[in-house]
Amino acid sequence: MGNKKKAGQLHGLSDKTSDIILVVICLVIVLLVAYPLYYVLIASVSNPYDVYAGKTFLFPSGFTLDGYKAVFADKKIITGYLNSIKYTIIGTAFSVIMVYLAAYPLSIKELPGRKFLSIFFIITMYFGGGLIPTYLIVRDTGLIDSMWALFLPGGVAVGNMIIVRNFFEHSIPQEMIEAAEIDGASKWTTFIKIVVPLSRSIMAVMVVFSMVAYWNDWFTALIYLPGEENAPLPLVLRNILIKSSASASQASTISGGYAELNKLTEMIKFSSIIVAAAPMLVIYPFVQKYFEKGFMAGAVKG
Amino acid sequence: MSKLKTAVPANSIKQKTLLERMGAYWQLYLMLLIPVVLTIIYKYIPMYGIQIAFRDYKSVRGMWDSDWVGMKWFVRFFSSPNCLRMIKNTVLLSFYSLLWSFPIPIILALLINQLRFNKFKRTVQTILYAPHFISIMVVCGMLRVFLSPSGGLINLIAGTSIDFLTESDAFRTIYIASGIWQDAGWGIIVYMATLANIDTSHYEAAKIDGASMFQRIRYIDLPELVPQIVLMLIMSAGNLMNVGFEKVFLLQTDLNKATSDVIAVYVYQQGIEHAKYSYSTAVGLFNTVVNIVLLIVVNKITSKISEDVSFV
Repeated sequence: MGNKKKAGQLHGLSDKTSDIILVVICLVIVLLVAYPLYYVLIASVSNPYDVYAGKTFLFPSGFTLDGYKAVFADKKIITGYLNSIKYTIIGTAFSVIMVYLAAYPLSIKELPGRKFLSIFFIITMYFGGGLIPTYLIVRDTGLIDSMWALFLPGGVAVGNMIIVRNFFEHSIPQEMIEAAEIDGASKWTTFIKIVVPLSRSIMAVMVVFSMVAYWNDWFTALIYLPGEENAPLPLVLRNILIKSSASASQASTISGGYAELNKLTEMIKFSSIIVAAAPMLVIYPFVQKYFEKGFMAGAVKG
Repeated sequence: MSKLKTAVPANSIKQKTLLERMGAYWQLYLMLLIPVVLTIIYKYIPMYGIQIAFRDYKSVRGMWDSDWVGMKWFVRFFSSPNCLRMIKNTVLLSFYSLLWSFPIPIILALLINQLRFNKFKRTVQTILYAPHFISIMVVCGMLRVFLSPSGGLINLIAGTSIDFLTESDAFRTIYIASGIWQDAGWGIIVYMATLANIDTSHYEAAKIDGASMFQRIRYIDLPELVPQIVLMLIMSAGNLMNVGFEKVFLLQTDLNKATSDVIAVYVYQQGIEHAKYSYSTAVGLFNTVVNIVLLIVVNKITSKISEDVSFV
């Protein structure tokens, strides 16, 4: 950094101009990415007629929280929200445990059969049985309409497993494991007492990756959980966002007739987008530096 | 273990049988048990179950005992009226998508890597990652709202009232642009990781030689990224036929089918909605085979271009 400054003085003008151009380009890109989300946010708290009329490009107009009230008054959305929270917590715990159980043995270089087992998992990244054969096996193992259909068929998230395995190989000091084993600790004790506590940073990344995957998943639920009471939030939102239909419980809360209902349906679209997207958008910046590092460990290996 | 050592003092490690060596690691094998069993049941058995593409699947007789019908379902697919359209749409959508979305993360990473103020750089990265964390369902909901003919953001800005989702000409643009919005930022991570490993003395030397920012990108950063770019290209090519099913499914309308009718959605509709299990599996298998062929072809081409990058 210090040297950059010195060089900047040597070739002052050209470097400074290119720096400014660079910052401007980056700002434009940031705006392009962030504006759609910002627009949804302000539209969700604005009067829908003003949104229609294009009065909410920069700031909310006719501030109201009716959209959010309607979202949280909708029983289906609440059920979906609770389902999503349940699936996300259980799914994340399951997925992270599976990734750890597979990654640690495969990180031990002396393990007989290590290469074979690695290939056994990696193949599933590139080849699969496809939609229907997998569906039939899930059905035949009795998982239809059971929440385990969301977790078990995924098996081990192989991409995540490789990241964790690389972390174990490169970032856990081998001497600590050897010392523990000389002291008489079993492989399992070493794993629980030394490896797991030392890998908190990569665990945080795995937790966030799994959370995002489960929170945002709807297709698995569409196929395997046909019961409406089991639908996760994105699947509930499909009716509102994609099919544009107001649910019965919304209609019953409205007294102003069709126009009023129509207006509310539009508002609910904006507020439900925010409600569904917000949790993950709030969480990921906290582990940003860890997942960037995680990819770096992967990049070194190539 | 200790008994064994006292019995055979010299060369004990070499003389241990495989079983004895494995015995020392029994706890690790036990750890692998559940992941392996799940992978066998839900990954490998379905692979073996692909054979229903050549059978006439009947629920009562199951995957392994239904009648063998050979290529019947493939013949039916190739003679179906929309077959060519679906293949064409799948290939074109993927190809255009790759063409547009592949270079953008590379360019972004090269630009952002040149930013000097670390705080600003981190903030830019944080914001660019954001769309990746949003569900495709929500993204498609946003698209529907933005593209709505009455009061949609795009129409408000343009002063028009076009119903974009009924225009088959607009479908690919919508699909690709929203894909770039959602994932280009996330795509920079692998490249940023590589760029972070570049020895800073290269930059210092280049600066003393009077290299401009553009020259530094062109002659220092870009060459460093080439292996990673090739690797990513091979991986994307292997996915060329795997169009983002979820997004096509959610954005498809009866009126944009001329461009949005793709194999993956057809596999879902025939298989899950109409329960034509064997037929759907056959169509899916065709898709997979084309994919594997593409993967091999691209791998051959790129490994000729750069010898030092091998696939997996």
